[in-house]
Amino acid sequence: MAEKPRLKVPKEAKKGEVIEIKTLIAHVMESGQRKDRDGNTIPRKIINKFSCEFNGKPVFTANIEPAVAANPYLSFFAKVEESGTFKFSWTDDDGTVTTAEEKITVS
Amino acid sequence: MPKMTRREAIVLGAGGTALALAGWPAAALADAKAAADEVAKFTGGKAAEKGNITIELPEIAENGNTVPLAVTVNAPMESGNYVSDILVLADGNPRPGVAQFQFTPLSGKAIASTRIRLAATQNIVVVAKTSGGQFFTDQKLVKVTIGGCGG
Repeated sequence: MAEKPRLKVPKEAKKGEVIEIKTLIAHVMESGQRKDRDGNTIPRKIINKFSCEFNGKPVFTANIEPAVAANPYLSFFAKVEESGTFKFSWTDDDGTVTTAEEKITVS
Repeated sequence: MPKMTRREAIVLGAGGTALALAGWPAAALADAKAAADEVAKFTGGKAAEKGNITIELPEIAENGNTVPLAVTVNAPMESGNYVSDILVLADGNPRPGVAQFQFTPLSGKAIASTRIRLAATQNIVVVAKTSGGQFFTDQKLVKVTIGGCGG
């Protein structure tokens, strides 16, 4: 995964605020259903799991099937009570894990 | 899960097959029954109450390759009483599974959105599970002009 995932997380929030997080990672999400020109099935290669943690505590997880479009986009919410770091991870079928982090200041 | 009679399940299945695009082996498409099986696996056979779920989807998706989907469960998100899981199924795709989202009280809201692939016109079925073991369900029909699984 050469390209960096794209993240949208507010830099600041009020204590107890529920913020929206948007994520996007570049990936072909090959479904395993398509065939190449010679009629051979193209093997499945997708991001099968996404997770988001805040200060080590789980916030949101998604188990993804091939029915999710290429360059998987996910958005969800998080309630923040303290300043800290969001950790994101994407797991590929081949075992590669791409991670990213984003800090937030809570006042 | 609303109670589906055997007759309704057969009609839905037949409709899905008839709408399958050329080039798709009809047998490869999931039908309402496969989706119902996935729901039963998720709920452990417990009945799901209809409602409390908002599914945002276009009525007509011109391109099945990327269809925006947003799911909202209208239920409290407090520690001890929150929406823990949302299962999304597409009953007319080669395989019914789309995604399963897991939430915690830290999520604040039981909302998730993504973009999905749809092979043909079909129902999107959403089932939500609360930490207290309650289940909610709803579904929405999407018309797909061009199917989106390659082919």
